[in-house]
Amino acid sequence: MRIRPDRVAALTWLGLALAVGGQFAALLYAPEEATMGNAQRIFYVHVPAAWVAFLAFAVVFAASLGYLFTRRRRYDLAAWASTEVGVVFTTLAILSGSVWGRYAWGTWWSWDPRLTTTFMLWLIYVVALMVRAYGGAGGQASRFAAVLGVIGFLDIPLIHLSVVWWRSLHPLPVVVRPEGFGSGLHPAMLQALLVNVAAFTVLYVALFSVRRRQMATADVLAELKDDELRLAAPRWAAGGQEVPS
Amino acid sequence: MGALSAVRLLVWKDLLLELRTKEILTGMVVFALLAAVVFNFAFSPSPAQAAALLPGMLWVTLAFAATLGLSRSFVLEREQQCLEALRLFPVERSLIYLGKAAANLLFLLLVAALILPAMAALSGIALGSRLLPLAAVLLLGGVGLVAVGTIFSAMSVHTRIREVLLPVLLFPIASPVLIAGVKATAGILAGWPLRAVLPGLRILGAFDLIFLVLGYLVFEFLLEE
Repeated sequence: MRIRPDRVAALTWLGLALAVGGQFAALLYAPEEATMGNAQRIFYVHVPAAWVAFLAFAVVFAASLGYLFTRRRRYDLAAWASTEVGVVFTTLAILSGSVWGRYAWGTWWSWDPRLTTTFMLWLIYVVALMVRAYGGAGGQASRFAAVLGVIGFLDIPLIHLSVVWWRSLHPLPVVVRPEGFGSGLHPAMLQALLVNVAAFTVLYVALFSVRRRQMATADVLAELKDDELRLAAPRWAAGGQEVPS
Repeated sequence: MGALSAVRLLVWKDLLLELRTKEILTGMVVFALLAAVVFNFAFSPSPAQAAALLPGMLWVTLAFAATLGLSRSFVLEREQQCLEALRLFPVERSLIYLGKAAANLLFLLLVAALILPAMAALSGIALGSRLLPLAAVLLLGGVGLVAVGTIFSAMSVHTRIREVLLPVLLFPIASPVLIAGVKATAGILAGWPLRAVLPGLRILGAFDLIFLVLGYLVFEFLLEE
């Protein structure tokens, strides 16, 4: 996905405007929830963040496969940028959920399936960033990170299954349910949630594009530096000094 | 050369190397025994508690022993440029994965065969008729650990922080093995009927299958120069 620079800026502003509107809707428009009271309003940050995290890692999976089969740098950069943004939003989802859990369950953390799976998800993609940082020269780090992007994504359902068999505490889905879309929510709550989901999604696309372009620019810059060094080398050598290559 | 004889040859190579150097197995066994002793110091469980603690202690010990063995597995190949020789081995690259994984599994199962009775004896638990189902769980879990671990061992050996990277890669991805393994072991020790232990075994089986296939498919990408 290539988005022109001016459009990225427009997208960022759109995302921010939607986020501001969404938070107003969440705080003022949506009714107070009966059992949780105002603490429930964290849901308007938590759910969109979790949604974007899954979206980002699905993009990582697709881009990793693309990179392994085509070896195009653009897929690699897409996977990298999406991993970074995904980790940020996963962190946000975990932290916001934790605050809510302190209020609703009386504890910051519990080893509930959803929480355990999300934590493992977070770990896997943090490690993917580590592989990129320490993975060695050239395409090697990219190849390793792409392999991990594929393995990690396929492992998530298994982690989920293995912990579901354990216990469950996380609230059940209220938006996408067998009885129909949004049937578990007050209409105003659903509207506020959808605005926030849209805001976070637009912000994801904007952040992703900015990071992806920064990385591509860094590539070009490194190439230019290489050229410059190569051109400068004969001049140094002419001075009688050996240039270690 | 047939696929089977190629894998057998690769396993034989690793076994022969191990027979001559005795580097990997000694390290794993000594570590596992020490871990068993340290756990008993740390928890000093009563016989009643021991049955509850044993599954966790057993799987943590095995997971750590597995990383010890796995991290050596490709370091040895790298030190003497053996990886280059392996790349020249005129078979499909994916078979190298199966060969290395099989050798690693063999080492891990040897350690498991030693550490399970040792831990049971230290905790005063009689294994008796539970030995067979426990062996099945250990086999399934061992295959899972090794299937993922061999991929990551080949990966981390090329990086700057290889000793750190292997466990950090392995444990999140292999968490289903540890969770299902611990639960199935606990179920067997508590004398549950086989039906109650089956979900765990199914997860272990699915994990083994997925990652053996995945490793077979992606290994080529890891061996490239």
